[in-house]
Amino acid sequence: MLIWLAGFVILMVKLVAVLLLLVIGAAYLVWLERKFLARLQIRYGPNRAGKYGLLQPLADVVKMLTKEDTVPQGADSLFFKLAPAVVAGTAFMMFAVVPLGSDFTLFGKRVPMVVADLNIGLLFVFAMSSLGVYGVAIGGWASNSKYSLLGGIRGAAQMISYELALGLSLVPIVMLAQSFSLVDIVTAQESYPFILVQPLAFMIFVVSAMAESKRIPFDLPEAENELNAGFHTEYSGMRFGLFFLGEYVNMIVLGAIVAVLFLGGWRGPLLPPTVWLILKIVPVALFMIWVRGTLPRLRYDQLMTLGWKVLVPAALVNIVLTAAVGLL
Amino acid sequence: MESAWDAVKALASGFAATFMHLLRKPITEEYPEFKRQLPARSRARIILTRDPDGGERCVACYLCSAVCPVNCISMEAAERADGRRYAAWFRINFGRCIYCGLCEEACPTAAIQLTPDYEFCKKNILEFVYEKEDLLVDHQGKDPDYNFYKYAGVSTSVADKGEHINEEDPVSIRSNLT
Repeated sequence: MLIWLAGFVILMVKLVAVLLLLVIGAAYLVWLERKFLARLQIRYGPNRAGKYGLLQPLADVVKMLTKEDTVPQGADSLFFKLAPAVVAGTAFMMFAVVPLGSDFTLFGKRVPMVVADLNIGLLFVFAMSSLGVYGVAIGGWASNSKYSLLGGIRGAAQMISYELALGLSLVPIVMLAQSFSLVDIVTAQESYPFILVQPLAFMIFVVSAMAESKRIPFDLPEAENELNAGFHTEYSGMRFGLFFLGEYVNMIVLGAIVAVLFLGGWRGPLLPPTVWLILKIVPVALFMIWVRGTLPRLRYDQLMTLGWKVLVPAALVNIVLTAAVGLL
Repeated sequence: MESAWDAVKALASGFAATFMHLLRKPITEEYPEFKRQLPARSRARIILTRDPDGGERCVACYLCSAVCPVNCISMEAAERADGRRYAAWFRINFGRCIYCGLCEEACPTAAIQLTPDYEFCKKNILEFVYEKEDLLVDHQGKDPDYNFYKYAGVSTSVADKGEHINEEDPVSIRSNLT
């Protein structure tokens, strides 16, 4: 009973820590994105709220919380209210399997530095990111608006297409690590990070991850200039805030997974493991912002062509090559 | 293959361009600290100007009021003892004004003019109703020399019949018949 209670407390502490890390991380990722994007466009970005605009995320939270929460007439109220929670919830859940450091011992008991060390961690990530599609599709459909519906349909089509490339690109990693568990995959990269042996998988994964988190140049579900805001056109206040939060948590999680699968996770000299993980997530995020500052949005057919005719075949070829090299 | 190489080059040049921007100083003009001097003919707060001799230019012809697309100008005409027309009262509701500049174009005496003074915000919308004394200024605005009554064929204290610029002496009706 006592051991069970201690385990429960440790789990709760880990949950709170990860949740705080993610929420604050997402808020400041928004700040980072606005600042960095501004510099890419020779602007300053937010610089009024606090020094260097550092209080801007706080001001945004206050703004969103105090705005009126509206449900449009004719909308399916239940699903309309559920959709943002699905998007944000699945994004948070994905982070549960990301290892933040090596195991440590507490009162003679081994405690892993991860919320849940699942032996099917990678599959869990894909399952959650697939469930996230429901948030987009349901939100688009329940709004009872043409813009939202179009955005939702696009979102569903895009995310299902890119899920395939995302999953296939990671098969070689699983083959190399002999495990679906993210903890084991980090352990397998003890001598060298997998990006050195799997550059093609890395590229496919990063492109698919950008598509999966609906970022420019793959932001067709939102497409400001055609669909207003796509699937979240009708949302206001904190419900919109949840979509927003979900998107940025998704970005952090995908950055973390890139770091875990290709860059050696929390491994690194001198600094503590969690700091190394964050240091590896940030460049991935900066790269995504750089891409956003550079590329225009793809056309729908270009998006599908890239997904099905380029990324999926390339990922399949990569699997065969890895298998052949493994057999030799 | 050729086109693929072109695409890679185009992508690389795009990423290089945005990367170079990172190294540049932002070109933003930060507003409250830096206020750009707008061109003299930019359109913001409206004024009523005076002629070089100090008289009111406005002759209360109602053309600005008629042309105003949002009906924000109103006035009442009156006449001085010497025959000069003027506005007994003149009112612009800046809460409705869209700063289109049509009043300035319509004005035959260059009286109503738009100025580059764009810092024109108020908390109370009622304070946007400007009366004649708020609008009238002691300068000529963008047209320093023009005095309508020096050209108009109306006899006033400025000029009598035949004394206006480019005006011939009045014709005697009787001598004209012979």
